[in-house]
This record gives sequence, C-alpha cells and structure tokens, in this order.
Amino acid sequence: MATAEVSNKKTLKVQRFKPSDNPSNTYLTDEKGVWAWMTTVDHKKIGIMYLVAVAIFFAVGGALALLLRTELMTPAKTFIEADTYNQLFTLHGAIMVFFVLVPSIPAALGNFIMPMQLGAKDVAFPKLNLASFYIYVAGAIFTFIALAQHGLDTGWTFYTPYSTESSSSVIWVTMGVFILGFSSILTGTNFITTIHKMRAPGITWGKLPLNVWALYATSIIQVLATPVLAITVLLLTMERWLGFGIFDPALGGDPVLFQHFFWFYSHPAVYIMIVPGFGIISEVISTFSKKTVFGYWAIALSSLAIAFIGFLVWGHHMFTSGQSAVATTVFSFLTFLVGIPTGIKIFNWIATLYKGSIKMDTPMIYVFIFLFLFSIGGFTGIMLGALSVDIHLHDTYYVVAHFHYVMMGGTLIALLAGLHFWWPKMTGKLYNEKLAKIASVFIFVGFNVTFLPQFVMGAQGMPRRYYNYVDQFTAFHQTSTIGSYLLGVGFLIILYYLMHSLFKGAKSPANPWGSRGLEWQATSPPDFHNFDHTPVVIHGPYDYHQPMEEFQLGLAVDTNGHDSETAKEVVDKEREQWKNYSLG
Amino acid sequence: MDRLFEFMLPEAKSPTADSTDALFHFINEVSLVLLIGITIALIYFAIKYRRRSEDDETPVITHNNTLEITWSVVPLLICFVIFGWGYTGWLNLKSVPDNAYEIQVNGFKWGWNVKYDNGAQTLNEIHVPEGRPVKIVLQSSDVLHSFFVPDYRVKHDVVPGRYTYVWFEAEEAGESIVFCTEYCGTGHSDMLAKVIVHTEEDFQTWLEKNGGGVSGTPVEQGEQLVQLQGCTTCHSDDGSRLIGPSFKGLWGSEETLTDGSTVTVDENYLRESILNPGAKIVESYDNVMTPYEGRISDDEITNIIEYLKTLK
Amino acid sequence: MSNHSQAHPAHLQHHFVDSDQQFDAAKMGMWVFIVNEILFFGGLFCAYIVFRAWYPDLFTQAATELNTVWGAVNTLVLIGSSLTVAMAIRSAQKNQIKGLQINLLITIALACVFLLIKYFEYSHKLHIGIWPGAELYTYEGIDHPLAHVFFSIYYVMTGIHAIHIIVGIGLMIWIYIRAKKNEFGSEYYTPVEMVGLYWHLVDVIWIFLFPLLYLIE
Repeated sequence: MATAEVSNKKTLKVQRFKPSDNPSNTYLTDEKGVWAWMTTVDHKKIGIMYLVAVAIFFAVGGALALLLRTELMTPAKTFIEADTYNQLFTLHGAIMVFFVLVPSIPAALGNFIMPMQLGAKDVAFPKLNLASFYIYVAGAIFTFIALAQHGLDTGWTFYTPYSTESSSSVIWVTMGVFILGFSSILTGTNFITTIHKMRAPGITWGKLPLNVWALYATSIIQVLATPVLAITVLLLTMERWLGFGIFDPALGGDPVLFQHFFWFYSHPAVYIMIVPGFGIISEVISTFSKKTVFGYWAIALSSLAIAFIGFLVWGHHMFTSGQSAVATTVFSFLTFLVGIPTGIKIFNWIATLYKGSIKMDTPMIYVFIFLFLFSIGGFTGIMLGALSVDIHLHDTYYVVAHFHYVMMGGTLIALLAGLHFWWPKMTGKLYNEKLAKIASVFIFVGFNVTFLPQFVMGAQGMPRRYYNYVDQFTAFHQTSTIGSYLLGVGFLIILYYLMHSLFKGAKSPANPWGSRGLEWQATSPPDFHNFDHTPVVIHGPYDYHQPMEEFQLGLAVDTNGHDSETAKEVVDKEREQWKNYSLG
Repeated sequence: MDRLFEFMLPEAKSPTADSTDALFHFINEVSLVLLIGITIALIYFAIKYRRRSEDDETPVITHNNTLEITWSVVPLLICFVIFGWGYTGWLNLKSVPDNAYEIQVNGFKWGWNVKYDNGAQTLNEIHVPEGRPVKIVLQSSDVLHSFFVPDYRVKHDVVPGRYTYVWFEAEEAGESIVFCTEYCGTGHSDMLAKVIVHTEEDFQTWLEKNGGGVSGTPVEQGEQLVQLQGCTTCHSDDGSRLIGPSFKGLWGSEETLTDGSTVTVDENYLRESILNPGAKIVESYDNVMTPYEGRISDDEITNIIEYLKTLK
Repeated sequence: MSNHSQAHPAHLQHHFVDSDQQFDAAKMGMWVFIVNEILFFGGLFCAYIVFRAWYPDLFTQAATELNTVWGAVNTLVLIGSSLTVAMAIRSAQKNQIKGLQINLLITIALACVFLLIKYFEYSHKLHIGIWPGAELYTYEGIDHPLAHVFFSIYYVMTGIHAIHIIVGIGLMIWIYIRAKKNEFGSEYYTPVEMVGLYWHLVDVIWIFLFPLLYLIE
C-alpha cells in the first residue's frame, strides 16, 4: 500500500482504481422508477432532469423562432397577425433566455459534471438542488398560465410603460421570472459552497478544472445579480397591479430607471449564459488536443474578471435611452475592458492547439465552430460598444445578429460540444459519429445563413421586432428564413441520433476520449456515488504528459487488497512536489 | 472589401454620419484581419497537428508571458482607439449647432406628429430645409418610442415625461425614411415616417403655405385633425377593419361593448372615447388607444365629432 | 467512498466526509445566501436613494406621517431578539438545551411583538387612506403630488422585511421543535446557528430601514 504525503500534516494511503468498462451498478440502475427520479437528490439525475426540461423549452423556443422567420418571408403579412407576431418574439426571447440559456449549462451539464470533477459524492446541498429544479418548474408553470390567458407581448425586456399598460398577462410572467430567479440563486449558492468545501483530497485551486472555474465565476454572478432581477420584476408587478409610481411616468416614475434595474441583472445574465460555455470549451479543447491547456491561470482568472467587470457595463444597453452623458461615456469605456479577458481566452485556446495531437471528433468540431462564431460575436460586440456606431446600430437587426452569434454561436454551440463530449459519460452509450458530423455541418451553415444577412440588413437600418418591413430588406429576410430551416433540420438530426444512441447505441467505455479529467475516471455511466472510492488527485486536470494510471488514484481501503505498485512509484516521485500542496 | 463594407451601410446624407461610417469601416477591417488570422490558425493547426496515433506525445507548454501580455495589451490599445473615436463622434451627435432649425416631433401609438415654428403641422412627414442643421425635439404621449433615421446615423429614444433630441443636416433635397426602433406594440413596425428635404426656397414656400395649423369650417378642421392626430392609423374612413373600429357609419350606430352592454354612438360617447378610450371598448377590439386627455381641446373634439357625423 | 460501514453521527449527511465539512459547508452556504439577501434589499435601497435624490422634499414631508416612537420601540424589540437568538446559539454550544428552548421562545415572542406593532402601524395608515400605489392612495394630508411614491417604497420595503420576519418565526418554531426532540447539543447545532445568522440579517436590515424611512428631517 502506497503512502502519500499530501501536506506536511497528512499522509494518505492511495491505490489505483481503474474504472470498469462494464459497471454492474450505475446511478441509472440504482434508483429506478418515475417516483425515484422525481424525488432523487442525486445531482446526476437532477442534471438529467434539467437537461430534458431545457431541451423541451429549446424545442418550444426554436419552433417559435421558425414561425417568426416564416412570417418574415414576405414584407407584409405572411400568415399571422401583428399581435400574434409580437407575442411570438416575446415568448421566443423570454423562453430562450430564462428557461434555456440561463439554466442550460450550469444547471444541466454543470450539475452532472461539476461534483464529479471535484471528486465529490454530490453537491453541498442536495435537497436544495432538487428544490431548485422544482422552483424552475414552478416558474415555468406560471409562464404557461400566462400563455393560456392573454400571452405576453412586451418583449422579453418588459420595458415600462408599455409593460404596465399592455393588456397581456404580464404579471403571470413576471411572477414566473421572479420564482425562476430563486432557482438560479439557489443553484449558484450551492455551487459556490460545493466548489469551496467539497473538493477531493489533492484538488487545490490550481488543479481545479477550468470548467469548475467557469461555473464558479458564473455562480458568483448568479448570486449577485439575480436578486436584483427579483426585486425589479417584483416592483414591476407592483407597478402594474397597484400603480406604485416608480417606473411608470404617468404616475411619477421613470422608465429609464426601470432600464437601469433591468440591465443591472440582464447584462451580467449574459455572462451567466456564456461563461459556463467557456468552461466546456477548455475541457474539450484540451482533451482532443491531448495537451495541457495553454495559459491555465489566464483562462481561469479571466472568467472571474469577466464576472466582475460584467457588473459595470449594463448601461451600454442604454446609449440611446436618455441616460446621462457621463454614464454613457463611462459605460462605453468599461465595455471595452470586458472585451479583453474574452479575447485572452480565445487566444489561449488557439495556442493550446499548437503542437497538439488534434482529433476532430464531434465535440471538437463544435469547439471550432464556437471559436469562429463567438469571435464574430465578440468583434461585433466591440462595434456596438463604440458610442457613435452604436447610436446607428442600436435596436436594429445588427444587434439581433450580434447576440445570436454570442448566445447561440457561443453558449448553445458550447452546450452542444459539452453534450457530445459528456454524452457517453451520462448515458454510457456512444452516438453515431457520422450523423453527428453531418448535423454539425447543417448547424454551422444554417447558423451563418440565418444570421450573417442580419448584420447587413441591420447596418442598413432594419429595426428589430418588426412585423412588416420595407421592401429593400426582402432578400435578406428570405435568406435568413431559409437558413433557419437548415438549422431546424440540423437539430432534428441531433435529436434523432441521440435518441437512437440512448436506446440502441453501442456501449461506451469508461473513458472513450482518453481524457485526464477526473469525471472520466469514474465508470460510464457513473456509480450512484460517482466513484466507489475517494479520489485523490496529484496532477493538474490537463497533465497529458503524465500516465493515465496516476489520474486514477483513490484513498486505499484496508479491506481491499489491490495494492498498486504504479501508485507507489507515482507517489514517491511526486512526494517532493506535494509538500507544497495542502488538502482542499 | 471596401465595397462590401460600404454596401453594409445606407448612403450617408448628413455630416453627422461621417465619423460613424469611418469608425464602422475601421472596426470591420480590424475585425476581419483578426478573424481571418484566427480561422487560418484553427485550420492550419487542425491539419498540421492532426492526431496520427493514440499514443501521440505532446509537449508541455503551460504558458508564455510575452504572448499573454502581447495579446492582452495590443487589443486593449486598439479598444482605446475605438473608444476615443466613438466618443468624439458621439459628442458631435450630442452638440447641436446654435443655428439649428427646431422641429417638435411627438411620437404616439402609432405615428409621428410634427409641429413647426409657425404652427404648421404634419403627420409622419418631417419637412426640412437642405444645408441647415435641424434639431428634432422628441416627446412621447404614451410609451417609449425611438426615432431613427438610418441615412443620418441618428437615433434617440422618445421617452414619455421628458424631452430628448437628435440633430442632423440634410445635404441635398430628397427623402429619407424614419423608423421607430423601440418596440411599442401592434403598430410598431408601421410607425414609419419620412424626412422630406427641400431646398431652402421650397422649404420656406412650403412652410408659409401650411402655417397656422388647421383651418376652414368645423368639418374641414375635424378632417385635418383626424389626419394630424394620427387617428387614421387605426381607424379607417372607408369601413375596412384596422386596429380600431372604422369611422364610416359610426355616428348614430349601436355598438356592443366588451362587457356585453350596448351603447349608441353619440357626442358624449365619442368625447369619452377620445379622452378616456379604455372606458367603453367595442367588442372584439383591444384596449390599446392612448388617452387624449390633456392633449386636445374641447373645440378640437367638437370639430372631430362634426367631421365623423359626415362619414355615413 | 466505500467506507459505508463506518459509524456516522446521526446528523451527518451521507455525502459529507465528516461533521466539520458539513458545518463549514452549511455556514458558507448561509453566508452566500446572506450576500444574496443584501443584494435583494440593495435593489430596494437603490430605488429609495434615487427617489430621495429626485424628491428630497417629498421624503421629509411624507416621513412625518410615520410614527417614530413605535418605529423606535420596534428597533429595540428586534435588537433584543438578536441578543436572545445569540444566547440561544450559546446555550446550544454549551449543551444547555433548556436555555436554548427558552431563548428561542423569547425570540419568537419578540418577533411577534414586532409584527403586532407593525400591524397597528399599517392598519392606522390604511384607515386614513395611505395605501400602496396611486390607484388606492386617497390620503390628502401630504401636499405633494407624488406622496404615493414614498408610501409605495415604504410599504414594499417594510412589507418584504415583515415577510422575512414571518419566515424567521417559522424557522425558529421548527428549530424549537427539533430542540424539544433533543436533536441539538454541543456536537451539532448547525441549524440553530444558521437561523441565528438569518435573524441577525433581518435585524440589521431593519436597523437601516428605521432611520431611512422614519427619521428623515
């Protein structure tokens, strides 16, 4: 039995635990049945439930988008009325932002993967985690009640005084968002605590996977920003219900104040959506290049930098709103600062590829798509940060295209990368690689055909949220619509092969990509408690120059006679280095 | 490449557009260079360093401070340039020249009511002289709107309860389109207007001809008011159904309301429906009209009613 | 972890390694939650600051309608309850279960006194027509067109604070029942300490609300 001195104080006995490729017990076999799923406190099952919910909402939001694009095939009415159109784009935005993008990566993939990457059995507060899910469901129910009544036609931004006057069911949706906010807050609280307190022996801050760093930054934003959203929609509800006079100019309030409140949350929310995507990119790019991530600390800390600077730039949504000139100038300046850490990440990822051993499997293809699309999203963001240019481009299709490049080309593509990367871990099944590659082509081409023309027509003056448009934009709109159909086809292919994989797919080995990540050192699908041992970590998560065995260590168990010579050597060799590390 | 970028913007028709366009092109060029660099690097690395065997060894390259500093500082400097450039261009958009000709524009659901210094009024048409700075003073009578003229690269939100403004200088006679760019409900995408640029001489002639506002018999005044106040955006005079009930045949008719009761359209009903439209809504229509309380005089209401009586 | 056979203390949840980790995690989670509560009220304080800066005379005029004496009494009541809840934690740490129960009961009683006073304040205002929101507000004693805005802010701030008090009472009853069942002692008093932290937060928020709303001159 090997011993390891993890700090000056503690000596741990470790041995190697090679994950079985044919696990007899997994989290899927351990608790069965609908009731067991619904009442589970297992972070993996909760993650899967989130994933299913997010997928359903994405399908709804996506279908709405296709209806919108179809309506825009012709400059005047194509097949729906203006009021219906206004409801559709509002719901598309609200559903995609609040019910898809915000929970997608942290609550679905993050919930599943993050505790495993920490070598923990679960998140710090498992019951709270389940509660978060049901709070999310409750928020969704409120929103659907609104749909069953008069819908919502205010735009997802709820700008006053339109939202206080609108005859649609604004209060149901604001209450839905209020409730949903708590789901986000509790998940953030849970994650921060988990990352601080639940790390396995040996996982120091410097050995934290970048995915965990990204989720950590995200959780901080969630905890700091979401309460302000809660209070904003609460005040808006009161404004509409009782006429508080805080946001409605007719009663002495100020609509610009509402915008400040709203964007104080909703700009950081953009980073709640994109930063977890950065985490996935780091994991995938390292695995498929078989190489240490370049600039670990630059990537880790730039997430935190984005989280903090992200709080200081909300006013850049309001350059034309009538906020003070000083505020406008300061917000523009700070906006450029938040662009820098994002650029740093992109350069570091590309540098990671240098001299790597690059395998273009589906997750890696999505990373490449991400790097291309997100760069465009970033550059156009710089364009919109420039004051004089933003005056021209604000609230046009240029903005629409920009945030789709960031949110869809960024977050959603990263989600697809993560989903394809961790799918074998989550389900224990492999998917059809060929179909997956075909689908990725549809997604890439469809995406660009949809949104590139929107940059051009936006710059030419096409305003957003328009039901009718002037004839000169017809060709752009029609191209865009065709692109959206391609995108739809791409997502249907993905749905098909993932379902096929789930029911008929080939069995996946424990670690099909040869990753060094700790989550891959569990079986696929993982044990109910993630690992059947307490993992001990001696190397960084991207140390591809170290042998795989040394990533499979765990606390030695006396009753278990499998002494490992390899582990002993490892430990002896590393002992000198270890003196500087302390237990997490 | 320049032609592509030029294609992206509408033809500039005001000096306020120059700085904006130059910066737009500059950012596009820098971005394109960087994007091409990124794309080439991605593709080149993917091919050159493709996996040859599962046992490939990769070098341990953890970081490189020189590179990190370079790709942090250089973009930062570029960003400072862009910030300064955008800031000066924007200052220019904010500083109205002293000799600017002032026009009052009132945004409402859904149209633009325009008032000139001699009392002339127009709806959805802004007549301006060429070669003279024009300041558009904006106000809203209901919700947020936004006044956007792509040709001049100017835009500002129209906020209820406060005044905002934009200025431009039309370079030559012609027309430019005005969009509302802040979502304001059903008719948002129809809330268009035109800036009509006259030569200085034509403009003075036009102004004199239309000075003094509405005139004529009560019925004629009512007809002009119905146009200027934008009533016809939602109420047709030929019986066709728009956002609100048509004016044709309205007078004296019996209407069923949303609560099931009926009402005869008389002076008092019309007056109430102008001042406080939400009080009695005709069945199958929505309560979307802006109250005209405080925005219209009793005489004007009387004239409008007189005009509506004529639409049999 | 395969060492399931080891004897766990009853309070130790399965996914934690030991009691220390469980306690640390709970405490950290609670602090994060408190930060988030502060941000929640922070939004309201922002609205307050903005409107006070815009309409300083409104605030000086309208604040005279608030009863400073009862506000001050309530402040003392809450500070007292913070003391008793701290004593409750102390009792738990020293294994004095009886003291824990008594202190909890006193705290609950003080919280109820606070709510009672708040109830009389509210009902007096509603009686004379000071309702939240422009539609219901009918009081004419304040000569300012935006008087309703001040009271909207007053009601939403004190109302949300009162909801926190009610939640706190519920939590303390829960703790009290568990204490009765002898679940706490010097070995395990995490929930007592967490509820105590929450109660201090509620107290501190009131200490800000009282001068900002009642004591404007």
